[in-house]
Amino acid sequence: MSFFNIAWQWLISAHQWHGADGIPVRLGQHLVYTGIALGIAIVIALPAGLAMGHLRRGGFAVVTLANFGRALPTLGLLVLIFVLTAGSVASWLVPLTFLAIPPILVNTYEGVLGVDPELTDAARGMGMTGRQVLFKVEMPIAVPLILLGLRISAIQVVATATIAAYIGLGGLGRYIIDGLASDQYNEVAGGAAVIVLLALAVQGVFILLRWLIVPVGLRRQTQNS
Amino acid sequence: MRTISPRRTASPAPRRRTAAVGVAAVACLAVSVAACSSSGSSTASSSSSSSSSANPLAPKATGAVVVGSANFPEDELLAQIYVDALQGKGVKVTPKFNIGAREVYYPEIEKGAITIIPEYNGALLTTSVDPTSTAASTEEVNAALKAKLPSSLEILNSSSAEDKDSITVTQATAAKYHLTTISDLSPYAKDFVIGGPSEFQTRADGLVGLKKIYGLTFKSFSPLDESGPITISALQSGKVQAADLFTTTPQIVTDHFLSLADPKNLFAAQNITPLVYKAGVNSTIVSTLNAVSAALTTEALVQMNKALTVDHASYTQVASGFLSQEGLN
Amino acid sequence: MSWAWANRDQIAHLLVSHLYLALVPVLFGIVVSIPVGIMCVRYRWTWPPILSLTSIFYALPSLALYLVLIDYTGLTDWTVIIPLTLFSLSVLIPSVVDGLRSVPQPVRQAATAMGFGSMRQTVRVELPLAIPIIIAGLRVATVSSISLVSVGQLIGIGGLGYFFTDGEQRDFPTEIYVALVLIVILAFIADGLLVLARRWLTPWERGRSARDRRRVFSAAFHGSRAEGSV
Repeated sequence: MSFFNIAWQWLISAHQWHGADGIPVRLGQHLVYTGIALGIAIVIALPAGLAMGHLRRGGFAVVTLANFGRALPTLGLLVLIFVLTAGSVASWLVPLTFLAIPPILVNTYEGVLGVDPELTDAARGMGMTGRQVLFKVEMPIAVPLILLGLRISAIQVVATATIAAYIGLGGLGRYIIDGLASDQYNEVAGGAAVIVLLALAVQGVFILLRWLIVPVGLRRQTQNS
Repeated sequence: MRTISPRRTASPAPRRRTAAVGVAAVACLAVSVAACSSSGSSTASSSSSSSSSANPLAPKATGAVVVGSANFPEDELLAQIYVDALQGKGVKVTPKFNIGAREVYYPEIEKGAITIIPEYNGALLTTSVDPTSTAASTEEVNAALKAKLPSSLEILNSSSAEDKDSITVTQATAAKYHLTTISDLSPYAKDFVIGGPSEFQTRADGLVGLKKIYGLTFKSFSPLDESGPITISALQSGKVQAADLFTTTPQIVTDHFLSLADPKNLFAAQNITPLVYKAGVNSTIVSTLNAVSAALTTEALVQMNKALTVDHASYTQVASGFLSQEGLN
Repeated sequence: MSWAWANRDQIAHLLVSHLYLALVPVLFGIVVSIPVGIMCVRYRWTWPPILSLTSIFYALPSLALYLVLIDYTGLTDWTVIIPLTLFSLSVLIPSVVDGLRSVPQPVRQAATAMGFGSMRQTVRVELPLAIPIIIAGLRVATVSSISLVSVGQLIGIGGLGYFFTDGEQRDFPTEIYVALVLIVILAFIADGLLVLARRWLTPWERGRSARDRRRVFSAAFHGSRAEGSV
């Protein structure tokens, strides 16, 4: 039986939809972990990116951080903190949050930095203060890239939370890890399928957000983002 | 006026670029051809001998005996012991350790891609051979295996060494409630938190079996890890009053835990038993492995696990230490 | 670090395996993405569907893809190489397209005026000028690939990632540190080599003023879009 058959059989079995280890509960857990990590990352990275982009400072640090965040193996970070802190909350919260920061930071920075200097010039000429320029001119134009950063970060966190099941976290990754541990391949296949669907759903939500929030002119301008 | 022809104005730089691209393309092709022709899995090999190299250009060993292992330390240790013992007898061995799922290595050994793998007879029976089996003792399990294994496979002699699940408590808890067997838990289970790996909740020989066979319902279940540091510290600290620990966990000895007796055989026998592909082994291999199984005891396994997880010795060190101690290398 | 020295054979073996699993997908990615990218630029109608496809592959968690592949490839190197190739493509194809599109119109017009035919123009003029942006994408793909290989350890094929699961099972942080540091170092070395390659391949950019270089950097940076990856 192929992966898709096995996954489908598992998904449509009513058993999966009830109880503490059913799909709705685990999906809820997964979304909670994702939400918390993403929330903290936004609080840290968004203001920082806006400030750095506006002041045109710290580009090198931003790029290096982005590189570092990309190079750092997620499983390794999770396991390291897990072993060092004997399984505290930090063992999943820190890696999830830390890995969520670079995409938001970098894309916000880039977005603000990339605003046409003539526009900011004109705004200053009209008498706007630095802060007004940032919030009324730069940020709105940077929205497509900011949204992109948020989308990339969200996907990153969803995927990392899946792997975090290895160190005992709940959520959808449990199906994969537990299934592998007890040689129940149908659970593994079903879990993988649900995670794929979730990733696509997250992607879809952000595409919808982009359609709703970003004005048509800007959208066309940044088509490839 | 001389027309500028593109060819004449082409500087050396484009040629260098084209050369670079050409080299890259050839490299890609070379690597892909090598990758296609090599079949090996780049798995961890702790043996310094003819290992299944991840280098795609290394020739694949044919006819050599392939010893596989599952994805956890004890099985990797056992496989390493087999490898060293066989090499000591002059057999050419290819290790293929850390295969991530029984779903995968079982079909592989069935068709001979793997020759030998250290197995736990009970788990082998209920996971891959006959999920409906209720065999519990070593004799029953082995008889069922011999009857139901596919014809290409056979099991060699089981060792007395066993690594099975157990319900374990601290010495203090055992003394306080006078616990020696799992049945002794019945008056207290409803006040006890029990811990174990996440899948313990749904496994047939987990909470389900505890209820069905011993009639125990616990206050709650705490998902921990697979008999690892989290479970151990939870038991020590009193976060859980009872835990599912593997019987060869070194801390059972070092921390003086007590594994409760299991008279109703909730946990089936799990003797270390080599599973082999019949056509791939000869009498030397069989006798060597049987000698290893005879020398292996649960106590020895506990000591070796302690060397691995507490003293952080390497697999090769521990394996060769055991073999020299038993005079088997 | 005496542990690292004592186990250097195993570490070296796994390092080679790790690099193999990480770089082969990137090589495949380059070989495929350049022609596909060129096609997307010349035949504009092919770009939106391919962009959607690559977005999808980008979004999928690598572990899920490894598991899907088990059915078709067993537990071999291909189980990891194929998904990583798809991931590389999802980064490289947009980079190639971005790069080609970034070539200024005047340059293209000049090339046509000089007699370059369409295909030659693409290969001899546009592609070289697109190199900075393509290499920016290549850097992202390579660094991500090197990091993502270790996730494969959850199915037993993870190069240096082996030390992550073994270290967790044996409560042995040293192993984990060493592997973590090695992987990050490998990624940074690969990144550095690609930067050098870009400099070597684009001699016309040498000697530019800092501001010009920043402008190109920004354009290249934009092309890379600083994506994360798991």
